[in-house]
Amino acid sequence: MSENEPQITCRDLVELVTDYLEGQIAAVEQHAIDDHLGECPGCAEYVRQMRLTIQAMRGLVSDEAMFPQTRDELMRAFSALHPSYP
Amino acid sequence: MQHVPSRAVAEEVVQDTWLGVINGIERFEGRSSLRTWIYRILLNNARTRGVREKRTLPFSYFRRRSEEGDDEPALDADRFQGRRNAHPGGWARPPVEWSSPEERLASDEARTVLLEAIAALPPRQRQVITLRDVQGFSSEEVRNALDVSETNQRVLLHRGRSKVRAALEGYFESGDAA
Repeated sequence: MSENEPQITCRDLVELVTDYLEGQIAAVEQHAIDDHLGECPGCAEYVRQMRLTIQAMRGLVSDEAMFPQTRDELMRAFSALHPSYP
Repeated sequence: MQHVPSRAVAEEVVQDTWLGVINGIERFEGRSSLRTWIYRILLNNARTRGVREKRTLPFSYFRRRSEEGDDEPALDADRFQGRRNAHPGGWARPPVEWSSPEERLASDEARTVLLEAIAALPPRQRQVITLRDVQGFSSEEVRNALDVSETNQRVLLHRGRSKVRAALEGYFESGDAA
């Protein structure tokens, strides 16, 4: 790490992690974070947990989330509007 | 859905929304993405319905700018070393590695932890998290649907994600202790 690069602490990193994962971070900070993650197992685990958290939330939705009666009602409404639709 | 008082009413709002979509799709001009458009119809229905039900919370949603929580840290200060320690700002209590995370995160128990953690978030954080991370909207779609700036969207997302991760951390730690 060069002398001119900003040094970040673990405490900084947990506040920058979303900007980092969103790709919304200045190049110079990006390097500082990459360097930090390379040598800090705690922060590397933190970022990994953040990614796993996002993945797990994405897995919460399913097509079955809609109540059956809501679905039936909608299918009837749709058929009434579009009689040719099977 | 924080605009309406109950699950049953929420279901009706969802149904009305889909009817609105079915009836109004010909008026959709493609100026926003389809799901942003659908979400706007949903939000309008929820607000109208919430006003009609009179039991909903006031629209503090639009006023409470402080909820972005600019000074709300992602983790408690005691997770980090203080100024007098060898590495100020370094971990005092680093995160413990999650063991077999894919498997455990797919469990019903983890699902409950996630849903409860999301439900416990302040409304704006919950909306952004639900749209971005649960429903998979892009940040641009979320900004359009909720009328928030890019920066606010990201701050809300960050606060929300940090809390949901912390809830999962609790879940993993309790599992390891058992």
